[in-house]
Amino acid sequence: MTQFLQQIVNGLSIGSIYALIALGYTMVYGIIKLINFAHGDIYMVGAFVGFICISTFKMSVLSAILCAMVFCALLGVAVERLAYKPLRNPTKAGLFATALVMGFILIYLVAKATLELDNLWAGVIALVLSLALGFFVYFTITPKGNPNRIAALITAIGVSFFLEYAMMAIMGPNNRSYPATLGGTATLAGVQITFAQILIFIITLALMLILTFIVQKTKIGRAMRAVSTDADAAALMGVNVDRTISITFAIGSSLAGAAGVLVGIYYNTLNPLMGMTYGLKAFIAAVFGGIGIIPGAMLGGFAIGITETMVAGYWSSLFKDAIVYIILIVILILKPSGLLGKNVREKV
Amino acid sequence: MSILEIRQLTKNFGGIAAVVDVDMVVEKGDLVGLIGPNGAGKTTLFNLITGVYAPTSGEIVFTPYNKAILLSGKKPWWITRQGFARTFQNIRLFKELSVLDNVRIAMHKDIKYGVFSSILRLPAYYKEEDRVFTKALELLDIVGLKEKQAELAKNLPYGQQRRLEIARALATDPTVLFLDEPAAGMNPQETADLTRLIGELRQRFGLTIILIEHDMSLVMNLCERIYVLDYGRLIAKGSPDEIKNNQKVIEAYLGEEV
Repeated sequence: MTQFLQQIVNGLSIGSIYALIALGYTMVYGIIKLINFAHGDIYMVGAFVGFICISTFKMSVLSAILCAMVFCALLGVAVERLAYKPLRNPTKAGLFATALVMGFILIYLVAKATLELDNLWAGVIALVLSLALGFFVYFTITPKGNPNRIAALITAIGVSFFLEYAMMAIMGPNNRSYPATLGGTATLAGVQITFAQILIFIITLALMLILTFIVQKTKIGRAMRAVSTDADAAALMGVNVDRTISITFAIGSSLAGAAGVLVGIYYNTLNPLMGMTYGLKAFIAAVFGGIGIIPGAMLGGFAIGITETMVAGYWSSLFKDAIVYIILIVILILKPSGLLGKNVREKV
Repeated sequence: MSILEIRQLTKNFGGIAAVVDVDMVVEKGDLVGLIGPNGAGKTTLFNLITGVYAPTSGEIVFTPYNKAILLSGKKPWWITRQGFARTFQNIRLFKELSVLDNVRIAMHKDIKYGVFSSILRLPAYYKEEDRVFTKALELLDIVGLKEKQAELAKNLPYGQQRRLEIARALATDPTVLFLDEPAAGMNPQETADLTRLIGELRQRFGLTIILIEHDMSLVMNLCERIYVLDYGRLIAKGSPDEIKNNQKVIEAYLGEEV
């Protein structure tokens, strides 16, 4: 019994993290029907921002979480504006901005790594070349846009690699460990609960409550729900659709940023490729609960987390991933729209 | 003074000219009907005016007060905020949302609290939400849907969905209201009620109304001026009596009695 309760506690804490990431997947899918594969990497960036805040700037855990949330929100909006929006409604100015920013980062990193320049010179070269690239694109390409959802999906995978390897170029490919910030354990009826776990619960619950409140009760939440049902009609009711989409990305990404710091505190380790496994698990959690449905992502996250720890605790941790994927397959066969999803029948 | 002026408006889809050189002048307070056979380009014209499509050429100028605003090429949400509102031929409510929320969304532009006052639940948030709630209920009352406020929009019967669309359009606080086939699929009793409702709304809110309609009883009873489109071109305009006797219009409807 004690072991069972212990696994529940462990499962709930890892499940909270999955749920926080899954919320971002689900919100973005709900509003523009895009599986944002870069979302797991935004979570990774959040973990690194938290790491830098705590180890370099000696911030407290809470302010590090706040920093990571703000940074990830801005990053999420930047990704949306530079990578996805030009596919939805392309403009020459948008194309110029994309070429300039992406070009600058890539050229800067390459110049630093291969030519061994210092920051200033690499920056100058990158700025000149990316400006040239931007103007070249501006004057030669007439954007047509690609309404095909596959194009956005592949772009998302590209953004994911971009974030992973940019982070690798900046921070190095090695594992790093979080400074121990929250030691201490409480024992309740034989069940050990670390302070880190308590913190994870509290923060996750608080964020979920705030999110539910925003979505259900505020004007931006209403706009988000309206855009997800019918973007054109929402625009004709005076809702700025692009801005609503940006805010959705900001909220989803900030949740992922918080999750990044929390997982760093919990597992004490981070590396630039950590977003892949967690991102995938969180995606499964979102599909499990019904993608596009916010309570579904929360439910799915906890369910996947508890399943994992149960399998690891009673059987073998070697099987935990396999079981999670088997659950995904079973869900896709039995209830493709997810646990909380409704099977929509088209009326003819 | 003309409130809406359309000059030489043209829209091509690939090789098909959906709207060709349409000129239209609407005076403040007018109730204008737009008729024509199926596929004549009526809805396309609405879509051009409300910004769903960008025109191939031509201009749309809106003069709500003394200042003229060029609307062609602007985004739909921006155009809506200048004072245009519309309903749709195929009902496009937010189906999964409640009747009340459908109306409240349309008030998006004039809700004045920020993200922080809503998260922190400052008094500004409650005050604004109260105001919005009261105004939404008032509009629902006008169209006779006050009792249905908590219902999901998709569960309403068809005629009530149409009226909810009108309430939603009114919530954007428009000066010009575009109604795309408001009586489609209604029985004669419902159409008569709707005709009365549109007249009342016009009085009460001082609206300029432009409507597309196939139901001639509604058009002839209600509209003071009628424009007739055929194959994307304006073939006639005038009072209901002039239109009834116009040879071109009769031909366009294949000899159908207008």
